[in-house]
Amino acid sequence: MGAVPEAGTAPLVSTAVVPADAPALPQFVRWGRPVRRVLSIGLFFVIWHLLTKWDVDLYVRFQNIPAPWEVLEEAVALLAGRAFYVHILASLERIWLGFAIATVLGVMLGLLIGWFRFAEDTLFPPIELLRPIPAVAWVPLSIMLWPTERSSIVFITTLGAFFPIVLNTVHGVEAIDRQLVRAATSLGAGRAAIFREVVIPGALPSIVTGLSVGMGVSWICLISAEMISGQFGVGYFTWLAYGIVKYSQVVVGMLTIGILGMLSSALIRVIGARCMPWLPRRVKDEA
Amino acid sequence: MTNGGATGRIEINDLGIAFSRNGWTVEAVRRFTLMTTPGEFVALLGPSGCGKTTLLNAVAGFVTPTAGRVVVDGEVVAAPGADRGMVFQHHSLFPWKTVIGNVEFGLKMRGVSRVERTAQARDYLNLVGLAGFERAYPGELSGGMQQRVGIARVLVNRPRVMLMDEPFGALDAQTRLTMQELLLGVWREVRTTIIFVTHDIDEALFLSDRVAVMTARPGQIRDLVSVKLERPRAAAVIATPEFMALKARVLVQVREESAQALSGPRP
Repeated sequence: MGAVPEAGTAPLVSTAVVPADAPALPQFVRWGRPVRRVLSIGLFFVIWHLLTKWDVDLYVRFQNIPAPWEVLEEAVALLAGRAFYVHILASLERIWLGFAIATVLGVMLGLLIGWFRFAEDTLFPPIELLRPIPAVAWVPLSIMLWPTERSSIVFITTLGAFFPIVLNTVHGVEAIDRQLVRAATSLGAGRAAIFREVVIPGALPSIVTGLSVGMGVSWICLISAEMISGQFGVGYFTWLAYGIVKYSQVVVGMLTIGILGMLSSALIRVIGARCMPWLPRRVKDEA
Repeated sequence: MTNGGATGRIEINDLGIAFSRNGWTVEAVRRFTLMTTPGEFVALLGPSGCGKTTLLNAVAGFVTPTAGRVVVDGEVVAAPGADRGMVFQHHSLFPWKTVIGNVEFGLKMRGVSRVERTAQARDYLNLVGLAGFERAYPGELSGGMQQRVGIARVLVNRPRVMLMDEPFGALDAQTRLTMQELLLGVWREVRTTIIFVTHDIDEALFLSDRVAVMTARPGQIRDLVSVKLERPRAAAVIATPEFMALKARVLVQVREESAQALSGPRP
């Protein structure tokens, strides 16, 4: 960890922390993990290839499913043009807007609900009532509520991310060790300082979990909304491709969603780890 | 780093503390009176559940007494404050702050400038022997080191009294001894009043000027033992006849109160 002091220090006692100068692992162990990961994806493509090559028909039917190389060709063609990027940008803009709004609202409300009983009594019941409603069920109402298609889809995306973020923030605040609050008051902290110095950082790990889950849910909501009501976006593109019988474009759309979702979750993880340098890195068994 | 010896006079007057829970009332402390002189080291010694931690919490301002009051340097305790810092049994360092960030906390609350508070925090980290660990996080330290940070974090505020709630109870025996000696060394430098809660007789006698032996719940003072062993004290002092005599006197009382605690509260 970067936190280990530079000069004149005896070994820090640490159980689950990887020291900065960990002894070099043997070559096969260090390369083992990336190699296994690449092999795992490779195997996935091989199986897909074989299923379509042999037109497997075991109740599930692969006759109409495009083969990997067809999808690849289609992807190359789409990426060479402009139209596909318009869809990607439309989706990214909606995700970014919806997720940003959900983060601001969810974290703020979650902190208030978690810390103040009055806020819990007044704000939490409607959230609990609305939470079980799947975002897709909001689509008709959303179209009526919002003036533009763009704003109604952003609304659906916000809804999807909002609930996991607010819930995890509330739990994070409620799980804060009361002893830390006591310690802060006996060091001279007032109410505002406790909120700023103890409540917010104390809830941060849980908030980041909420953001991570929320990002996944907001992609689900975005794609569903785009498929139902839209003229742009990767979801719309995928649904349209199905309608005009371009099955390899359907798969390109799906894979694009997968890749974008994966990248945005990774982004949250990286930012989260940057914000919380005190958390020990977990070490799994090299087995 | 001395406070001049003029502050740290604590008067605990006829203190009573009771808790109500589900209609039951538990009397934790009854008619407890104790005065300390500035810069004195007093231990509260008693069986577990005798109300010694509750008493400490009342001095800190975490709990409000049902009778009597606590007065520190003429001011009645009404709420927690930086003049009465607490070192807890399980370190309550902020995990998200570095060692120096934890020690600086009280100064930051007072609005001390960044440069000034870093300098002061370093002084106190040196005092507890943790120079070089400024950038480490609490989770990377051993239990003894964590408690040393906790002590520095309280002392940087120059409190009138440092309250210590079994601070070494969770440490192994060797580390505990080292920490006791370290604490005495630190106390010699800063000369703040210390109220130290423990159930360890050796620890209480080794550290303190006076030991208040407490009864089983509700906690009262059973005996107030003056420990006139020469200072500075080294670990070897616990093998001297004077120490043994004091220990024998205290041991009998503590054993009786422990038995009492097991057989239930007195009427």
